Amino acid sequence: MLSGEFDIELPLLLEAIHLKYSYDFRRYALSSLKRRLEQAMEHFNCRSLSALQERVLREPEVMRGMLAHLTVQVSEMFRDAGFYRALREKVVPYLRTYPSLKVWIPGCATGEEVYSLAILLREEGLLDRTLIYATDINPEALHKAEAGIYELDRIADFSKAYAEAGGRASLSDYYTAGYNAAVFDKSLREGVLFSDHSLATDSVFAEVQLITCRNVLIYFDRVLQDRAVALFRDSLCRKGFLGLGAKESLTFSSYAAEFAEFVREERIYQRR
Amino acid sequence: MLGKPTSSATAPEAILIGGSAGAIEVVSLVLGALPADFRTPVVVLVHLPKQRPSALAGALSGKCRLALREPLDKEPLAPATVYLAPPDYHLLIDEGPSFALSVDEPVNFSRPSIDVLFQSAASVLGPRCAGVLVSGANPDGARGLCAIQQAGGLVAIQDPDDAAQGAMPEAAIALCPDAHVLATTEICQWVQQLGAWQTSPRRGST
Ligand SMILES: C[S@@+](CC[C@H](N)C(=O)[O-])C[C@H]1O[C@@H](n2cnc3c(N)ncnc32)[C@H](O)[C@@H]1O
Repeated sequence: MLSGEFDIELPLLLEAIHLKYSYDFRRYALSSLKRRLEQAMEHFNCRSLSALQERVLREPEVMRGMLAHLTVQVSEMFRDAGFYRALREKVVPYLRTYPSLKVWIPGCATGEEVYSLAILLREEGLLDRTLIYATDINPEALHKAEAGIYELDRIADFSKAYAEAGGRASLSDYYTAGYNAAVFDKSLREGVLFSDHSLATDSVFAEVQLITCRNVLIYFDRVLQDRAVALFRDSLCRKGFLGLGAKESLTFSSYAAEFAEFVREERIYQRR
Repeated sequence: MLGKPTSSATAPEAILIGGSAGAIEVVSLVLGALPADFRTPVVVLVHLPKQRPSALAGALSGKCRLALREPLDKEPLAPATVYLAPPDYHLLIDEGPSFALSVDEPVNFSRPSIDVLFQSAASVLGPRCAGVLVSGANPDGARGLCAIQQAGGLVAIQDPDDAAQGAMPEAAIALCPDAHVLATTEICQWVQQLGAWQTSPRRGST
């Protein structure tokens, strides 16, 4: 692994990206960020981060490529069946009591989580009265999320996860299979607003009853995690719900006291 | 390079054990041999099919006198604890030292990947960590072990003849020829000695 100069150049590069493009990666978790920057150096054939910085500053298309390295677009439908079961069995009964619902999915990546949640809400009879804000900082990911088209060879895993998550029908009811892709039913996203929003630089834009932000906070350091959690707190209505990834928690957050553990083992919290 | 000279007597702040096929048996023996007052945090990463709760916790619970758990993101490494890498995430060491997780693409077809864990530990802890690589049928971990050694940390590899699967140890020996190559019983002793250093550093001169 590289060190020395690399560690000096790293904050300089992040500062340059922030000044030039307003993307703020300065408070991302270092150890995994370093790995991705090494990959980017290799990809762009740069011998040092300074050389990469030179290109990022002068060639906007390199910055677009950098986004793919700096943000991680890995996602799955119904990842962690237990989480979706808990949403269905324990959170949905509360959601039912609202005449209209707003849901925020920050860091929605390519949309797998959005369609999972939309399907769940449809099966619970709630989708028609729900507005979902699906946000991310990666415009390419947002486009894919909006298209809702996934490679056919991923669908077997998705179907299995859907069934384990307590799905009431067959996942195939929600997509049309094309030549090598599954196109999800566009009625699922009629109430979805896809838009650019950064947990690092933007502010609260709506009051919502449910936020699911899974495997996004792991990419932030504690300071940025606190910023994001403060946004969640300010955006959630009283007694609103926050769902995190399987290994994320509010245990180390400055705002832990403002949330109660609602389904502890699935990382579902309720705003006090 | 500035900073302290790397001395082989540096007490590790963490001991990392990586393995794949055939590793659970060795890891159970190593952990089972640790005394209840063993202070140094131990981090175990074994490739396993993804499932929750993890098969590793099931296989190891009851075999070890120390607290055993999967770390959460940002959790600081605590003494007298054995941490198990959760399935389907990469596990990394970050400043603190504390744990960091990621769902980045698999490395060496693996998530978690031993290289990812070991390299992050080498970069954050330098000579203050030790790595052990045991049985496995793929080359993950070799580069990470090398990184730990280059950073001044102590490293050991299970003797391929003693391992259920020799490919992982062999790949590591090829990359870091100076590493200790040890039989299972010696690994148990080696790990215990690393921990003992923390309570009385002078005993470390083996
Ligand atoms: C690993 S994906 C999570 C996908 C999905 N939530 C899931 O759990 O499957 C992480 C996402 O966070 C997004 N992200 C990174 N930094 C962000 C920020 N500052 N604000 C909003 N989203 C961000 C990335 O672009 C990426 O799409």
